[in-house]
Amino acid sequence: MIETENVHYSYPNKVEALKGVSLTIQNGEFVAIMGQNGAGKSTFVKHFNGLLKPSKGTVCINGVETTKSSVASLARNVGFVFQNPDHQLFSETVEEEIGFALKNFGFKPEVIDERVTWALNLLSLTQYRKTSPFLLSGGERKRVALASVLAWDPQTLILDEPTIGQDHEQKEKLRQFILQLQTQKKTVVTVTHDVEFVAECNPRVVLMKEGKIVADGEGKKILTDPEILEMSSIVLPQIAQVFTKLSALGLPKDVIDIYEAKDILMKAKESRRRL
Amino acid sequence: MAIIEIKNLTYTYPGALKSSIDDVSISIEKGEFVLITGPSGCGKTTLCRTFNGLVPHFYQGDVKGEISVAGINTLQHHTYEMAKHVGLVFQNPENQLFALSIEKDVAFGLENNGVPREEMRQKVDWALNQTGIYDIRERSPHEISGGQQQRVAIASVLAMNPEIIVLDEPTSFLDPRSAEKIFEVIHRLNKQQGITVVLVEHRLDLTAKYTNHLIVMDKGKIRLEGDPRQILSSEETRLMGVGIPKATLLYQMLKKESFGLADKTPLSSEELANQLLETLLPK
Amino acid sequence: MSVFDGLRFRKVYSPIHNLDPRIKFVYVIAIFIVAILFSQIIPLAILFLMQIPFVLLAHVQKQWLRSLRGAAFLATFIFLVNVATVYFTSGYTITAEAVENAVSLTLRFVVLVESFSVFFLTTSPDHLGLALEESKVPYEFAFAFTTAVRFVPVLAEEAQTIMDAQKARGLELEKGNLLKRIRNYVPVLIPLIVSAIRRSLELAEAMESRAWGATKRRSNLYALKLHRGDFVLLAITAGILAVTIYIHFFVPIPNITQFL
Repeated sequence: MIETENVHYSYPNKVEALKGVSLTIQNGEFVAIMGQNGAGKSTFVKHFNGLLKPSKGTVCINGVETTKSSVASLARNVGFVFQNPDHQLFSETVEEEIGFALKNFGFKPEVIDERVTWALNLLSLTQYRKTSPFLLSGGERKRVALASVLAWDPQTLILDEPTIGQDHEQKEKLRQFILQLQTQKKTVVTVTHDVEFVAECNPRVVLMKEGKIVADGEGKKILTDPEILEMSSIVLPQIAQVFTKLSALGLPKDVIDIYEAKDILMKAKESRRRL
Repeated sequence: MAIIEIKNLTYTYPGALKSSIDDVSISIEKGEFVLITGPSGCGKTTLCRTFNGLVPHFYQGDVKGEISVAGINTLQHHTYEMAKHVGLVFQNPENQLFALSIEKDVAFGLENNGVPREEMRQKVDWALNQTGIYDIRERSPHEISGGQQQRVAIASVLAMNPEIIVLDEPTSFLDPRSAEKIFEVIHRLNKQQGITVVLVEHRLDLTAKYTNHLIVMDKGKIRLEGDPRQILSSEETRLMGVGIPKATLLYQMLKKESFGLADKTPLSSEELANQLLETLLPK
Repeated sequence: MSVFDGLRFRKVYSPIHNLDPRIKFVYVIAIFIVAILFSQIIPLAILFLMQIPFVLLAHVQKQWLRSLRGAAFLATFIFLVNVATVYFTSGYTITAEAVENAVSLTLRFVVLVESFSVFFLTTSPDHLGLALEESKVPYEFAFAFTTAVRFVPVLAEEAQTIMDAQKARGLELEKGNLLKRIRNYVPVLIPLIVSAIRRSLELAEAMESRAWGATKRRSNLYALKLHRGDFVLLAITAGILAVTIYIHFFVPIPNITQFL
């Protein structure tokens, strides 16, 4: 469980990036943290594994304050996948890369071998076990980075902008993957500005602006609220855009799912036909 | 004569086992707004680089076929000669800006061509105004946002007054709002200045509405080419993994249920909304 | 990251900052020559004091004093080595002349270091880059300089991100003996280097696409024009050199020890 209470954070150059952020994330939740560039999203999630410590307020992971733990010990429970996989890859083989964290955490060699095999399989990378990660394509490198974090099976997974540079199919696979993690009761926190991706997953959405949380609730409600969207730089998901323009028909405005949209429109057609 | 004419072009990177583009033929007319899309690794990025000769001159490798851009055979001319006719804007905003101030970056191409200062000043100011960044011209590239950086990149190729601008996934790193702004700038340059635009993108929901010439690539080949309304309605496109705009998908779903919508496939939320209002509002 | 803050573009308008870097450089070289020509305390002390008006006019006192502190360590070392050498080679005696000599040498060192320090403190990287472009230095060098300056903050941020990414995988940079700690940095250095190489490739593509190499005679959006202040500095420099030559050949300089 992640509990943050009135977190303030200032960078060394005195700029205050977080101005009192309070948020609780239960185990097993899927949360999307959204907001403009500079809103403080990445700064905020870096507190979850202790990379940053609050200048005021507290951050507790499973009841333990992060100021009392090292990043390495917090990382056991909170895995962080950074946006650019090239910021992590350095090993001679994919196998070594995935085993890196396991070695750091002191796992036994047999266990490491087991977990590496498991992670390779999970992300369809088995054929690349002995390949150099630098020879793989962009999408494959992203999977290696993800595998290397999943290898130690953390309870919480933080994904920083996981959809950047991905094509439609890769995003779809990612979405399925997150669903899979959810069935395993894992906590998933993703920092993203990809509205369509969030619309398809419909997680809990936490919207940040200028270092504060300005909205927190069901994705459907937040992504279609015109006031909220006005003050942030979020764009309406396309389905919601359509329904906003249909106000003359008296249809609900908070629609982001394509199947729900179809049902609503079919019903509307039916009711007009009967008139 | 087409402004870009490619005939049976095949290119293989040095040391690669397969060719990245395989027997590709394209014809683009002056003033068009062409959209190229396809799954990762389909060859669209390599194709972009053939337009100004980076492929094959910068990357070496094996090239077969013919390519003529703005009347020039790129295989026989240096990239710096092509730069006057075709500007290339890349994916990563940060790695295209190297000067210490924005206007110096915009002037870079002109400086390389030895353009006299007075003329250069005029062209730089014009390009800065066209892209809406005149006010920040004295700032350093590191201080500005990704969206602004990409506008600087566009301004710096625009300053050389090219007939063609090619953009390779220019909004990958940008949030949707900044991306929309970039597309608006490009659209305006196409409509008002008559510049031919070749845009490589995944985000069809934001870009399909600007084009009437869509090219879908897969595994180095051109699979589909033509009117986006037709292409985005086809099952083949969806199976290839192309990100069809949600509005278009919804339209197709409703069409299957004989909803009674007009026959024109919508490419944007406005178009679909208008069609729905047509069908559902009492006459 | 405060070291890198100093390299960020800062528009500081003081008369010294606005001077043409080429002229400032000529001035510094002149100071250099004068410092070499004299080995007595008095002229060297005068040279040192001459920096102060520049420092004050440019409002860089704090940074200048900080660089003085940095030089102090090495200066003390030079002083002690000189004194010790005399002590051991002339029969365990220290004469007043020997001390004075050591002080002179130390002072010369400080003058050299400080005059360069003043130069860099009063010249923004942009201005320096522009001066390089306008001088006879081949454009490739000027370009390499400005690009390096432009990307230092970017690389610094990236290094921080990479360290964070690896720490998040359990890497503990501070643990272990010296050897282990050096090895700990491999997962930080490799991504940094690979990233730098990728970045260079992308930059090269962008440069080529913007007509790099089109002509041998590049033009420049900006022009460095010499202003009145530059000519004043040039005159001062010439004056210093003239006075130096005169004194060096015709005027004997007294040693401090003579007064004792």
